[in-house]
Amino acid sequence: MHDSHARFHSPFSFRNFNLTSLLGRRNREKRKKVQCPRFTESARNSQFLFYYRSFDLSIRMIRFILLQNRQGKTRLAKYYVPLEDSEKHKVEYEVHRLVVNRDPKFTNFVEFRTHKVIYRRYAGLFFSLCVDITDNELAYLECIHLFVEILDHFFSNVCELDLVFNFHKVYLILDEFILAGELQETSKKAIIERMGELEKLE
Amino acid sequence: MEQLKTIGRELAMGSQGGFGQSKEFLDLVKSIGEARSKAEEDRIVLSEIETLKRRIVEPDIPRRKMKEYIIRLVYVEMLGHDASFGYIHAVKMTHNDNLLLKRTGYLAVTLFLNEDHDLIILIVNTIQKDLKSDNYLIVCAALNVVCKLINEETIPAVLPQVVELLGHSKEAVRKKAIMALHRFYQKSPSSVSHLVSNFRKRLCDNDPGVMGATLCPLFDLITIDVNSYKDLVVSFVSILKQIAERRLPKSYDYHQMPAPFIQIKLLKILALLGSGDKQASEHMYTVVGDIFRKCDSSSNIGNAVLYECISCVSAIYPNAKLLEAAADVIARFLKSDSHNLKYMGIDALGRLIKLSPEVAEQHQLAVIDCLEDPDDTLKRKTFELLYKMTKSSNVEVIVDRMIDYMININDNHYKTEIASRCVELAEQFAPSNHWFIQTMNRVFEHAGDLVKSKVAHNLMRLIAEGFGEEDDTADSQLRSSAVESYLRIIGEPKLPSLFLQVICWVLGEYGTADGKFSASYVTGKLCDVADAYSNDEIVKSYAVTALMKLFVFEIAAGRKVDILPECQSLIEELSASHSTDLQQRVYELQAIIGLDAHAVECILPSDASCEDIEIDKNLSFLNDYVQQSLEKGAQPYIPESERSGMLDISNFQAKISMKLQLMVLVPEPSYHREVQQAATVPSSSDTGSSEVKLRLDGVQKKWGRPTYSSSAASTSNSSSQNTVYEVTPVDGSSNVNSKAREASYDLKKTQVEISPEKQKLAASLFGGTSKSERRASSTGHKVPKGSSHVLKSTAGSTTDVLVEKTTPVQPPPDLLDLGEPTIKDGPSSVDPFKQLEELLDPTQLGSSANPGIVGSTSAPDIMQLYSDKPASGQSGGFMYPSSSNRSDDNLVSGLANATTDSAHNITAAAHPSQFSKGPNLKDSLEKDALVRQMGVTPSSQNPNLFKDLLG
Repeated sequence: MHDSHARFHSPFSFRNFNLTSLLGRRNREKRKKVQCPRFTESARNSQFLFYYRSFDLSIRMIRFILLQNRQGKTRLAKYYVPLEDSEKHKVEYEVHRLVVNRDPKFTNFVEFRTHKVIYRRYAGLFFSLCVDITDNELAYLECIHLFVEILDHFFSNVCELDLVFNFHKVYLILDEFILAGELQETSKKAIIERMGELEKLE
Repeated sequence: MEQLKTIGRELAMGSQGGFGQSKEFLDLVKSIGEARSKAEEDRIVLSEIETLKRRIVEPDIPRRKMKEYIIRLVYVEMLGHDASFGYIHAVKMTHNDNLLLKRTGYLAVTLFLNEDHDLIILIVNTIQKDLKSDNYLIVCAALNVVCKLINEETIPAVLPQVVELLGHSKEAVRKKAIMALHRFYQKSPSSVSHLVSNFRKRLCDNDPGVMGATLCPLFDLITIDVNSYKDLVVSFVSILKQIAERRLPKSYDYHQMPAPFIQIKLLKILALLGSGDKQASEHMYTVVGDIFRKCDSSSNIGNAVLYECISCVSAIYPNAKLLEAAADVIARFLKSDSHNLKYMGIDALGRLIKLSPEVAEQHQLAVIDCLEDPDDTLKRKTFELLYKMTKSSNVEVIVDRMIDYMININDNHYKTEIASRCVELAEQFAPSNHWFIQTMNRVFEHAGDLVKSKVAHNLMRLIAEGFGEEDDTADSQLRSSAVESYLRIIGEPKLPSLFLQVICWVLGEYGTADGKFSASYVTGKLCDVADAYSNDEIVKSYAVTALMKLFVFEIAAGRKVDILPECQSLIEELSASHSTDLQQRVYELQAIIGLDAHAVECILPSDASCEDIEIDKNLSFLNDYVQQSLEKGAQPYIPESERSGMLDISNFQAKISMKLQLMVLVPEPSYHREVQQAATVPSSSDTGSSEVKLRLDGVQKKWGRPTYSSSAASTSNSSSQNTVYEVTPVDGSSNVNSKAREASYDLKKTQVEISPEKQKLAASLFGGTSKSERRASSTGHKVPKGSSHVLKSTAGSTTDVLVEKTTPVQPPPDLLDLGEPTIKDGPSSVDPFKQLEELLDPTQLGSSANPGIVGSTSAPDIMQLYSDKPASGQSGGFMYPSSSNRSDDNLVSGLANATTDSAHNITAAAHPSQFSKGPNLKDSLEKDALVRQMGVTPSSQNPNLFKDLLG
């Protein structure tokens, strides 16, 4: 099952990656508008029968960040709560199922177990953020966008391929942006400067 | 094609000026990207793991190569495979002096390890050293790891350095140090509690980033203890003001908004500080108003800030102007095409509705649109809003909608939540009995196994007690409508167990009460249930007991009982059941239907489930007996606490007292607790509170129309009861409905293009806002059936009065003792063998601890003790009077044997103190003698139950 994006860009992309600029500016290729299949109920129906013990409700924070492509391949996963490996895989699987087939017109918020996943799709990549049920959803949605803007700036016109080959750098950027589950720095300039200093050492 | 791919790769690499990785790694990523199946991918990764395992232990690996290996390990792990063999190498890499390697090592360990991993101990030393480094980049890297990996035990090892770093010259370090300290606070508040003042200090940091980071820990601290931070209100307000006036560096702007993320955090904090505090709130009004005005409502982030403003405004002390501004923003959100904004609007509306309920009315159509939206997230949010705005005028529409929605939910967690909300709203606002029954039926039908058993018990109680209307016709109408609907539903396949229990109980109790249905029809249905759910023993028990009741009512009414053939075969089948409880019930059934009308009427009086049970918790009626025994040389009773090495009697006591007081078939922990609570109330000492019965107070308040069960109520006089029901809620709701309809007409005039159904729905949801008050729980209470008896007995306060009261009603003594068992009841769920053990255990106990008593016990004495029960027999069991027979029969049968078996005497002698009943010893002795003469004891029919144990 191949991404239609990927097929469209096949001369310049690996089978499952795509070179579409995440922010859609200065496209290397004209982006083909892909109509998602209509959101089906069954996609939402994974059973959330058990809840994390480690998802302590008393502390409000970002629980995890996931970058996944449409096939569900994890491009980046950062957890701010301790989880077992098996649990992580389950979370990744479930989150992907939740977001992948949602109608683009729908809200970017999905209930996930006892929490809420705020997700946003950029080209073929889904950025998902798991937050508290009472948090300001729009703010986190913009938080994702700010992160993508930072990535875009750093990789100058970022695409999935950049993230695939430089995932360790993405982690480093993330560490400057979000720390211990809280927004640490919201100035794009400050983060880019910090990354610049690190890059100089390479 | 191959060529094109190469171009692609080169192009990709070119865009970064080279990835700095070897071809090998690029090939790995590429081949995984091209894998056609998960299996192929797994194969590639596994072979990669093998390669890494081999390579990583080679001696003298160049540093660059080693770094790449670690990154490849991270990659393998990210793909869901286990790379734990390489963890130690990542740890080793953190020890490296080269910053790049160190950082890679740190990155890998934060991704690989959790805070409780064994390898952490190997890193702590390095972290300590790195926190002191001159190179701030190393310090930053170490602080990142501190946030992730330092646990409660290792906090002290790094705490001094982290605190020192709060004053570091680089803002990046200060920021991370604050985050680290915040993390420590989350993990172990006590270890850093003396350092929280640092957060206040850092709030004044020159760098906005540091200040912004400080807001995170402060938010947590203020959440926990608002009052200690009231002094900061002015500071927060002034910071917010400066931000709103764009006095922060431009680099914090995001989409033309000045530092919106910091604004949001500040608004959150202000909401906490201003909540319920007029003075603090007044400081905030101006700045929040400014933000409302300045916010750019065309961008997402502007709306995020606006939403936070609304949250803040609805949390702090209300200000009319701000509320108005908030309502305007909500209107804009709801009118937007964006689902996200609609969602935020619905959520904001839910917040604001508490302060200004009229806001909802303007947006009724928008809300209904959201309710019908295909987007589930939006729908759920809207249901949450509806839940908040439910009142008696719109409860029918809302609950109906909720149930319709509930039926299609597959997520059990959410389904349970919605079901309990439906029940809660129905209990609180039910406009009529009929509606309530119908609603509960639907909830049970569709979410039965997810509903708490307490809800079922409430429903049964409601049907038994009625709504408390003065006349009984309403109550009997309620019952017949319940019976009718249950008879209709009962044939449907796969009903949930809990619902079946309710159905069986109601059919047993009231199935033939109004004469609409013949006993054979109802019993036939009950047999079908028992057949269809043959592996549900609780349901079968309920069904058998219901059958018994129906037969008994038939006999009592002087009609001939014709047992259907399927019923007969069911009885035969169950009499050989593996469940001794079921067996017991069937034997009882068989014994009872052989009796005449007088006898059965005493055993199972019609509609007696609401009667009170008197329990003499102090067992004062035993005083004579104890005195007698002591005179005969028995040793005094030694309380459990003074004995050693004895069995755990308290448990046993609890169980017994439960048997006495509760007739609940399903064991439910909460009930146990309640029972024990109830049991601690001394019953003989004071009247009002002494009535030990089901604790219904909490439920009753919810329902709004109290029943007699509140202890205060039972002592009040009848005149006060009469005044209670001046306004009947049914009338009230019909008024409201007509108002709602009027409103919908108004609506039509103005908005012609809207579909009439939607308008109707809107009107029914929002129309009746004027009647927003929840149904006040009235001060009156229901007069229980047989109330004269109960009231008098409680007023009289002594048990003698009770006996006087009851004796005239009772039939001749020889029959009476058959009625005795009705008083007692045991939860069927109690394992019969356990009960037997309990019966035996005290024997040994008694014989060792109290030999005197044992020796002096004579059979008649024991009979006397047991026969005390009838005193309260008249009042009957509350819920399951018939099922209650069982445990008593056990005892009676035991007693029959006891006359000849001295070993059993001991059992009984040690036992009776647990069974507290009415006072008249002499009477009961005579009655028991009569019982034995008649030889009518269940033991003769169920001989196996005790034989082996009693020898």
